[in-house]
Amino acid sequence: MIARWLDSDFMYSLLRTPTALISMIVCILLAACALFAPWLAPTNPFDMAAINLMNGFTPPGAANEFTGDEFFLGTDDQGRDLYSAILYGLRVSLFVGLASVALAMFLGVTLGLLAGYLGGWVDAVIMRIADIQMTFPSILVAMLIYGVARGILPPNARADMAITVLILSIGLSEWVSFARTVRGTTIVEKQKEYVTASRLIGLSHLNIMARHILPNVINPILVIGTITLALAIIAEATLSFLGVGAPPTEPSLGTLIRVGQDFLFSGQWWIIFFPAATLLFLALSFNLLGDWLRDFYNPRLS
Amino acid sequence: MSLLEIEDLSVEFTSRRGVLRALDKVSLTLEPGEFLGMVGESGAGKSMTGNAILGLIDHPGKISGGDIRLHGESIIKNPERIRGSHISMIFQDPLSSLNPLKTIGAQLIETIELHTPRRGAAAKERAGELMSQIGVDADRLSAYPHQFSGGMRQRVVIALAMASEPEIIIADEPTTALDVSVQAQVLDLLRDVCRAHGTAVILITHDMGVIGHWTDRVGVLYAGRLIEIGSTNDIIRSPRHPYTQGLIASTPTMDASVNTTLYQIPGNMPPLTAIPAGCAFNPRCSIAEDRCREVVPQLINDVACHLRSEA
Amino acid sequence: MSFVEVDAVSKAFHKRSLFSKTQSVQALSGVSLSIQQGETYALVGESGSGKSTLARIVVGVDYASSGQVSIAGHQISTRMPKENRRDIQMVFQSPYASLNPRWRVRDLVAEPLRAFGITEGRKGTVKRVTELLEQVGLQGDDAQKFPHQFSGGQRQRISIARALSSNPKFIVCDEPTSALDVSVQAQVLNLLKDLQSDLGLTYLFITHDLAVVKTMAHQIGVLKQGELIEEQAADALFAAPQHEYTKALLAAAPVLSTA
Repeated sequence: MIARWLDSDFMYSLLRTPTALISMIVCILLAACALFAPWLAPTNPFDMAAINLMNGFTPPGAANEFTGDEFFLGTDDQGRDLYSAILYGLRVSLFVGLASVALAMFLGVTLGLLAGYLGGWVDAVIMRIADIQMTFPSILVAMLIYGVARGILPPNARADMAITVLILSIGLSEWVSFARTVRGTTIVEKQKEYVTASRLIGLSHLNIMARHILPNVINPILVIGTITLALAIIAEATLSFLGVGAPPTEPSLGTLIRVGQDFLFSGQWWIIFFPAATLLFLALSFNLLGDWLRDFYNPRLS
Repeated sequence: MSLLEIEDLSVEFTSRRGVLRALDKVSLTLEPGEFLGMVGESGAGKSMTGNAILGLIDHPGKISGGDIRLHGESIIKNPERIRGSHISMIFQDPLSSLNPLKTIGAQLIETIELHTPRRGAAAKERAGELMSQIGVDADRLSAYPHQFSGGMRQRVVIALAMASEPEIIIADEPTTALDVSVQAQVLDLLRDVCRAHGTAVILITHDMGVIGHWTDRVGVLYAGRLIEIGSTNDIIRSPRHPYTQGLIASTPTMDASVNTTLYQIPGNMPPLTAIPAGCAFNPRCSIAEDRCREVVPQLINDVACHLRSEA
Repeated sequence: MSFVEVDAVSKAFHKRSLFSKTQSVQALSGVSLSIQQGETYALVGESGSGKSTLARIVVGVDYASSGQVSIAGHQISTRMPKENRRDIQMVFQSPYASLNPRWRVRDLVAEPLRAFGITEGRKGTVKRVTELLEQVGLQGDDAQKFPHQFSGGQRQRISIARALSSNPKFIVCDEPTSALDVSVQAQVLNLLKDLQSDLGLTYLFITHDLAVVKTMAHQIGVLKQGELIEEQAADALFAAPQHEYTKALLAAAPVLSTA
């Protein structure tokens, strides 16, 4: 079976498109770094006991003037190893990104299927909500949801729930693109004769939606999912940068960028540079991968 | 010297699965004013022939061999010279052949001014003439394509094809999407154009009935090869190639009834990726011999069959 | 009462708009016909005649604005009980759109088997699917392939196998060979004829091709813009068409004569 997959059109095209191949490799590499962070990171940057304030502001590669410790990518103002911080930050960024895309996908696909298949007022209501939401930039929507959540939650729960609220706010702001595409494909598939064939043996609408239409909608969802993942990662970084995202106790790449921004113009460039570069590669790779997937699935281009 | 000569034309497509020969050494001639039919099933290569004549074969396909000559001059290298002017083409879907944002008159005048010396008022007059030739009122010049029915649109497309006063019109399945009664009108028009103006027509279709009623001569394509060619009467009444015989026999006729079983050719036409060695038809042929499985039959006496080529 | 009774069926489509008057299109007007068991009734019509609309109403996928349809004594409606649906099946025009490209042939053919609980367990289902595929001229191990691995004619056979799996008595064939090449058409039409004599099936055969009608039909009805304008036994219609429209259709059809 593996051999058949390796021989498939998917792998054939992937191996022959340099940008896609490199993007795929970078994505896998970064995902592996995030997954194995506890083993790859030389230190745990959030263990208060392990941090030596005297190590603060060490440039990359050079030994610290006070303690003599060397840090691969330098340290931040508190003496945390930037390399370790980035690895752990990648974890948070990717986790939040994947979870919010999963939420957006679930919500968007369900609503898109219902809107496209049932039509009528269901379609009208869902699409009007989608239209209204699209008039706001998704960051604002995310911040709105975040603000509402903070207002609702008791103060001591806020820190623990920060990641959950973050996932909710990004997920709820990104469902529209899934819903729109799924709705379009559903409307097309609904007209096809295989749907009539199932209707005439008395299968329920739910059955047809789930077992017949959904499998045909997967390809465009994959494309949108990949690109939305890049968007979600950037959204999370933005929110964390603005201070309404991941808390400093569990920083993501965005939080690290915010921290580093304060020191950019005093000469400690590395504190912002390396997290930002990582974020750039992460988002760019997913974006390019999504672009290639979209071209791959486009029937007119084959 | 014939009007159009196609000599050993081959078209290849390079794909992941190897090289596909969509056309394999096809040769035929077309005389002025002749109504030639090209018949074959899906994938046989009939549309490919039309596209090759006009140089419309795009990557990953290309003309890999042979020559196409108009009045003795090769047109393979620069087909733009003859495209739309000496040779026009009509396609299956009239809606996508017409610009929905321009009036019929504007599109006709554009073509007239592009390919003939007429300008302005003279062009408009000519447009009106063409409309009456296709049987449509000249005051509909100001109408848009969507305001016409399917059959009328196809007639307008024929007018467009005629606007440049071409020597050859290639019609690729022009009536497949039309109702039967409309089909008759459109094909009658095409035949009138052919007779009245001496324009040669190549009609590409899969419908033997259409071939029988409207064409003078017909060429039969199978798996990218021309396997028989001749006058329509001969081909239909006394086909020689076993495939042609099978094709005619399996076409329902007025003699059929509920109790008759239609003749069916066993098997299926091979995909271009798996054309059998020797004669492409041999696995399905009831009279196939050893040499049919080994040697590709050449077109001799207008038939490409080892056993039927004798005059 | 005939096996299939269509009684004064009418259907109007309404285009409701927020800002303008509702527009109605009368797709069918008082169409009545009856089909005897074991026979083929050919419904001939051009585009816009309403034949596909009638087909959908007859199989219970769409509702009529007025009139009724009954098959084997059961009333047909979009809400009819599921057991009654077992007698009715349909074969469609497009070999591409009538089979879900994501499903394997096995699951496509077995769908009615599972829906009506005809076979027990996986082994029984697989066995029945193999039987059905062989009955239509395909092979047992075609079951695990996907539709795109088959030609148009083979896909139509798969559709026919699916239609047969619920052991129906009545099959609506909606232009089943219009998209196929002539030699493939012959194979599929012969298959349909054989199945009719082997299994005693009744067909409503919808087509615009008069030559196909000649070889398939016992009874012919001509539909023009939603109205059944002529109905006769097949031989009678070809010998002596009554309505002007029928005469025009026959005159325009380029049927081959090898005489």
